[in-house]
Amino acid sequence: MSNFLTSSIGKKMLLSISGLFLIAFLCVHLALNLLLIVDNSGDLFNIGAHFMATNPIIKIVEPILAIGFIFHIVLASILTLQNRSARPIKYDRRNQAGNCTWSSRNMYILGGLVLIFLAIHLWNFWWNIKFPSLGTPLAETTVDGVAMENTYALVSGLFKSSVIYCLLYILGGIFLGLHLTHGFWSAFQSIGFSNQIWRKRLECVAKIFAFIIAAGFSIIPLYFMLGLAN
Amino acid sequence: MTELNAKIPAGPLAEKWSNHKAHIGVVSPANKRKLDVIIVGTGLAGGSAAASLAELGYNVTTFCYQDSPRRAHSIAAQGGINAAKNYTNDNDSVYRLFYETIKGGDYRAREANVYRLAEVSNAIIDQCVAQGVPFARDYGGLLDNRSFGGALVSRTFYARGQTGQQLLLGCYGAMNRQIEKGKIKSYTRHEVLDIVIVDGKARGVIARNLVTGKIERFGAHAVVLATGGYGNVFFLSTNAMGCNGSAAWQAYKRGAMFGNPCFVQIHPTCIPVHGDQQSKLTLMSESLRNDGRVWVPKKIEDAKKLQAGTLNPNDIPDEDRDFYLERRYPAFGNLVPRDVASRAAKERCDAGFGVNNTGKAVFLDFKYAIERLGRHAIEERYGNLFQMYEKITAVDPYNNPMMIYPAIHYSMGGLWVDYNLMTTIPGLYAIGECNFSDHGANRLGASALMQGLADGYFILPYTIGDYLAHDIQTPKIKTNTPEFDAAEKNVTDHLRRLYDIKGTKSPDHFHKELGHIMWDYIGMARDAEGLKKAIKMIAELKEEFYKNLRVTGEFTAMNNELEKAGRVADFIDIAHLMALDALNRNESCGGHFRLESVTEEGEAKRDDEHFQYVSVWEYKGDNKEPEMYKEPLVFENIQVAQRSYK
Amino acid sequence: MADKILKELTLKIWRQKDAKSKGGFETYKIHNISTGSSFLEMLDILNEQLVSENKEPVAFDHDCREGICGTCSLFIDGRAHGPDDDVTTCQLHMRRFNEGATITIEPWRCGAFPVIKDLIVDRGAYEKILQAGGYVSVNTGGVPDGNAIPIAKPAADEAMDAAACIGCGACAATCKNSSAMLFVAAKVSQLALLPQGKIEAARRAKAMVAKMDELGFGNCTNTGACESECPKSISIEHIARLNREFLKAKLKD
Repeated sequence: MSNFLTSSIGKKMLLSISGLFLIAFLCVHLALNLLLIVDNSGDLFNIGAHFMATNPIIKIVEPILAIGFIFHIVLASILTLQNRSARPIKYDRRNQAGNCTWSSRNMYILGGLVLIFLAIHLWNFWWNIKFPSLGTPLAETTVDGVAMENTYALVSGLFKSSVIYCLLYILGGIFLGLHLTHGFWSAFQSIGFSNQIWRKRLECVAKIFAFIIAAGFSIIPLYFMLGLAN
Repeated sequence: MTELNAKIPAGPLAEKWSNHKAHIGVVSPANKRKLDVIIVGTGLAGGSAAASLAELGYNVTTFCYQDSPRRAHSIAAQGGINAAKNYTNDNDSVYRLFYETIKGGDYRAREANVYRLAEVSNAIIDQCVAQGVPFARDYGGLLDNRSFGGALVSRTFYARGQTGQQLLLGCYGAMNRQIEKGKIKSYTRHEVLDIVIVDGKARGVIARNLVTGKIERFGAHAVVLATGGYGNVFFLSTNAMGCNGSAAWQAYKRGAMFGNPCFVQIHPTCIPVHGDQQSKLTLMSESLRNDGRVWVPKKIEDAKKLQAGTLNPNDIPDEDRDFYLERRYPAFGNLVPRDVASRAAKERCDAGFGVNNTGKAVFLDFKYAIERLGRHAIEERYGNLFQMYEKITAVDPYNNPMMIYPAIHYSMGGLWVDYNLMTTIPGLYAIGECNFSDHGANRLGASALMQGLADGYFILPYTIGDYLAHDIQTPKIKTNTPEFDAAEKNVTDHLRRLYDIKGTKSPDHFHKELGHIMWDYIGMARDAEGLKKAIKMIAELKEEFYKNLRVTGEFTAMNNELEKAGRVADFIDIAHLMALDALNRNESCGGHFRLESVTEEGEAKRDDEHFQYVSVWEYKGDNKEPEMYKEPLVFENIQVAQRSYK
Repeated sequence: MADKILKELTLKIWRQKDAKSKGGFETYKIHNISTGSSFLEMLDILNEQLVSENKEPVAFDHDCREGICGTCSLFIDGRAHGPDDDVTTCQLHMRRFNEGATITIEPWRCGAFPVIKDLIVDRGAYEKILQAGGYVSVNTGGVPDGNAIPIAKPAADEAMDAAACIGCGACAATCKNSSAMLFVAAKVSQLALLPQGKIEAARRAKAMVAKMDELGFGNCTNTGACESECPKSISIEHIARLNREFLKAKLKD
């Protein structure tokens, strides 16, 4: 495996694998979040959040996830810098509309936008949950006799109180979706899992998956914004 | 007088090559490392020779004017490559390939050379397969074949419509392997402008670096010219824009004799000329004649309407279509050899039956093949050619008949070589299209690739060893000698002369003028009167060229105009020699059609009594007429007969 | 289709004296161009015009003019090989342009393809990649019969699809990252698909990728622009195969 990590293909594969790992995380995250709109009492969501906060496996995975994010971001930055320097003199006129999708050309920008959203998102929720002493402490609640943090109140409170945050979260979902329309199938392509037949399937699955992620994450703030939680 | 010795080995035809190989000199591996060989041109012949010689251990230096050896014009060959494999069980054999090639060449090629070509043809296919050339295959995984003109069997191997490309890339791969090993030094964007002769032997070349404009010297123990043909003398041809005869012409001026210069091939299936702005003609592969039917209208009024653009060809019923090739040549039909098909098209168009606005086009119709085999089968066989046709003409050939017309394609003539492929200058070899040898007066389709690779892979590597075996004591050739000084000065002076004319007309202007003279008088039909007129016109053009040429740009820098000027200067001289040769050969044979020599039916009439020889021309000085020698052609194994494809 | 005459066109062309000089755009007017002419024939006419004005003609690469040698380049109106699909510049015809149009013509822009003069670039980097391993290591002679090793038709066909690459450089020129992956993949894939090439597939993939990286091409981000602009429509599925071949090779190390 000598020089694998420094080769262009090697770096791309690692970017892909980290991306696929993040995709797996997104699936779990979305599944859990959808509990927000399944049960207006908030109990289901709170149980889920409590489980995630206390489960030892999740505790192990959490730092790995953080590393995954950082790795994905750093590697993408390195690749982007290299790619930019591969063309020192730019074209005067460029017409790429017909030859590739906007998202595929702008993965780094989309990634950056998702990152900004992620920072806000972490500030809104994760910070308060993890460091209640530094942020706003969470209220307590009891579900089926188990005492736990009322995470539902935190999330629903934010969305109910601020239309701007709702819109921001919807936008975040859309950016993420766009990032995934290319990222999902591209990850498979980069690790070599594609051919004449599978490419079509993967591209199709990518679109569906990206839509589910974008729609899934957007539907939650929308749900609260439209007052359906009451 | 220089003595012409073709050095054809004695003995029975089938054993000549084996016997010859058994008795010629061989250089030991240790000595090969000390010997340098220059190869000019990197098409199929040059590329395969470079790779093979480097594998043997020689130090090879290659030159090409393109930016990569892979771009040599062999790449444009579409249809395929012949070999006598008899995979199709249709009674093919080395002898049949030999016989059909000699007959196709209208009995103007050397028996021994052609037999050897047929003999090594099978090894070429094996070699290319081993290199990873993706030949077409059948579902059983074995190689597929198609038919070509002038052959009664299917012996053509192909890789879609890109056979030349695939073979060239295969041989370029072999070259690359040797470049990586340091055994080949590849000079790209270099044009060889003179051959350096030391003590009567070819010992190097003078080349212009096309990027810097500097003149550079290179020495070697032997020089191989693989520079292709001189078809661009006609300006409009299927050759690439850069194809030229300059290196071969300099060799001629240095003493290498020129064989059969008037033999050029006119390919019947090219996209017709569209107007004055045209810069080159595009070939549509001969393989199309496997499934396409050639026709013009039977009624002159239909032709008139087609020319005026008021009639859709699809509206002409079958009974009003004249499938003139099938009518005149029932045995071979649409697959008659190229010279025959070209002349037949010209005959119909001259009679007023041309089908486009210029009146110089005939139809090649796939309607019948599509009805018989389905569109998909046609798409699979010729998809890329159809796409190419549509891009150029904006007409969809699946639904409309293609329009085609003959165009200059290949030069059978070239530097005269003996059986060892050596020119009359010791140590100077000519291989591939650059030499005159194997195709006689007309080349069969899919034989150019065969010849180029045969020369480069399997013939030259043996025969050059025989010459170099006597040269193992010769140290590296130094380039700081008076011979190199003189040759370099010769090149610089010539270019300087062109550059300093400072007239008003571009090289292209003169090239186009030359093309008109060539096409009108030394084209598909020639006669004494026209040829004499052409000789005069060429002389006038030459005078005007040296008076009124304008070369813009800088002298010692990249300068496409200067490159072109040098090439056109040589084309003018080549044209003159072609005219002389055409005038001398008062018979019709193959691509050379003299109006004075026709049968009662209007077919070409050969005159074996007076012209069964190779005309070999020797340069005598710039303003002196060259001298012609004859190499008699002796046929011991073939019954010479008037060619018939009826 | 009857050809029309384009009365006037404006050409905005990159001019650069040599590799070291700084270049810039110059604008030219050209008249009475037949729509049946090829794009390069239009440039020939411009050059004739420039010569008649005693100016230096525009240098551009071209040779076979039938779309197979891969010599012609040119980035025309923002696209490699101009505004038509599946063609090289020499196959592009003037019927794709409208009366009065302004046409921008630039050389390939790619760090690994430096400009030599005007519109001519040095694509030697591609040759170096091929030299690193783009071949089957067989000597002339002593090979088995062509039919000794049957090759399944789909594999042969797919190898041919990849082998159709003409090495024009449009992939790297059009890629937003100047990546040469499609070019490298075409050769690696062609040879990996054939039994003759499989034997040294691992060595080949590693050597060619290493050379490609060394020469300063960018990294592939699978946008697919290369495949859209490739005059031979070579698919990026071959890039997936290159990725597989490379991974397989590296796993064996």
